[in-house]
Amino acid sequence: MTTLQDKAAGGYEVKLGRLSTLTGKPTHYCAGCEHGVLTRLIANALEELGVREKTVLVDSVGCSVLAHDYINTDAVQVPHGRAPAVMTGIKKVRPDLLVFAVQGDGDAVSIGLLELIYAAIRGEPITVFLVNNAIYGMTGGQMAPTTPTGMVTTTTPWGRNLKDTGPPLDATKLLAGLEGPSYVKRVFLPVAPMGSTDLYSARGSLEGAKSVLNAFEVQLKGGFSFVEFISTCSVNWKMSVLESKRYASEVLTKIFPPGLYIDKMGIEKK
Amino acid sequence: MKTEKEFVKGNEALALGALRAGMNAYFAYPITPSSEIPETLAREFKSPEYPEFKIFLQAASELEAINMVIGASSTGAKVMTATSGPGFSLKQEGISYGAAMELPFLVVDINRVGPGLGNLGPEQSDYFQATKGGGHGGYRSIVLAPNSVQEMAAFPALGFSLAFKHRCPVVILADAFLGQLKEDTTFPKIAQEQFETPWATTGARGAERHVIASLHLDFADQSKHSEHLMSKYEEVDKTEQRSEEYLTSDAEVVLVAFGVVSRLCRRAVKELRAKGVRAGLFRPVTLSPFPTKELKSLVDRGIKKFVVVELNVGQMVFDVRLAVEGKGSVDFIHRLGGFLPASSDIVSRVEMISR
Repeated sequence: MTTLQDKAAGGYEVKLGRLSTLTGKPTHYCAGCEHGVLTRLIANALEELGVREKTVLVDSVGCSVLAHDYINTDAVQVPHGRAPAVMTGIKKVRPDLLVFAVQGDGDAVSIGLLELIYAAIRGEPITVFLVNNAIYGMTGGQMAPTTPTGMVTTTTPWGRNLKDTGPPLDATKLLAGLEGPSYVKRVFLPVAPMGSTDLYSARGSLEGAKSVLNAFEVQLKGGFSFVEFISTCSVNWKMSVLESKRYASEVLTKIFPPGLYIDKMGIEKK
Repeated sequence: MKTEKEFVKGNEALALGALRAGMNAYFAYPITPSSEIPETLAREFKSPEYPEFKIFLQAASELEAINMVIGASSTGAKVMTATSGPGFSLKQEGISYGAAMELPFLVVDINRVGPGLGNLGPEQSDYFQATKGGGHGGYRSIVLAPNSVQEMAAFPALGFSLAFKHRCPVVILADAFLGQLKEDTTFPKIAQEQFETPWATTGARGAERHVIASLHLDFADQSKHSEHLMSKYEEVDKTEQRSEEYLTSDAEVVLVAFGVVSRLCRRAVKELRAKGVRAGLFRPVTLSPFPTKELKSLVDRGIKKFVVVELNVGQMVFDVRLAVEGKGSVDFIHRLGGFLPASSDIVSRVEMISR
């Protein structure tokens, strides 16, 4: 098994090759999409913690609706936006389980905002991974709560208008204002353009890998953990994959600054 | 609860009945006239008398509550939630998913007056929503209709039993009157049923894992799943129809009523008999599956006159007409807005019809 290492990112290893936590089925994710990367990072963390047999994945509605096709654990597929409520039900009955969901921005912070906020307020020991690609991907590129002002989508062909729909919603900041969560973090997941060169940094993946692991550890210690991954959707942004990485790096990070927002357990200091 | 006999409200009885049946988890959202159910359960939560009752949680919305039910149910636990009309509408999303995911949970609807906010009095106007699916897609829930506080106490155990046997959501459809009515109720010691749940998602063991999903993008997959659900509903229809009859053996006119109305009709039948009208009563206990078989046997015995009495604009009357198959008359008496019909009103209407 090959490993990727980045000493600067804390010497964390990302295992490559086949894992028992992956089914091995090729994903349906589009080329360049961070969903595929995150799937790998999750499988890696489950493997590292040795928790596959006590994990329940909750599929949300959106691009991650088939996450169970790729992540090889028990899984429950739930209604649009309701993952945190379903996870609460599972976790209440079976506190010994590790329960997590991969939610999109439409799922988690539009139709499912109430479920997310209240699970966070209660500090439920569950984990939400939010893939924020600033648009509804699965349904074909409609405006999401996270869509930047001015972005052209199929439901904002004139560009998102601040006056009508307000500014983009910052979910991480919203949760960071609550007392319930133990771990709230925003990570820039795409490969990042290094200046004007043709080189791209994959540091986001390493940071992401660490954050996934931390989020699970926080849950196992009884805390609510939430990691937002700034991602891309080149298909619906009508950009090339590389253009989308540059856009995410230059525009999205301004609206959604990456960083550690809450770390009550000091998990990152370890 | 120390004594076996209690003078309790229907809602309290239902809550205590669920505890006696070994309920593990309850997810609450308050709505009148059902709120005594979560209140009773909150009072009894952590009582050493009910060691199986491990989870009581008040959700932030009806949707959150029903989705918590879905989560808890996916682990194989005995789970319940209760609501009333407007909340029952919101529960439909979760009931549709529960049907597709084949989850065995209980939803109680203490029917108030609708549509919209209506008022807090009794109606039976959620009959369609409970018995004909109610949410999106084609599915059927098993629907039980108690008519006494005693049955409010007994039906949670029956509901869990049917839910786990057939792996589907079960609805207990009562009304504001039954929820608020106080009656002497006995709580016999019952053996709590333990159910096998090999399908539960509680962590994959070895290579085996369980996925509880409702998405079948492949038409052939979906068709197989839908046919499986349909054959389940056919099996339920064949095996779970329940009804009660009162003085039907020599009846020339039969009243058909469920829930609290069936008790008014029982009295009306007595009054009609005193006046020389050979009346009887047919009371569906399961509204879904509708007890077509037994009702049809009344038709086959030559009874030609049926009178449906409901607290709605006419819902069960359609099922009665289907069962009667045009071989007799089916008249309809209703009362709306929160009122119950007086038995004298029923008597005079039936007298007119049977003349």
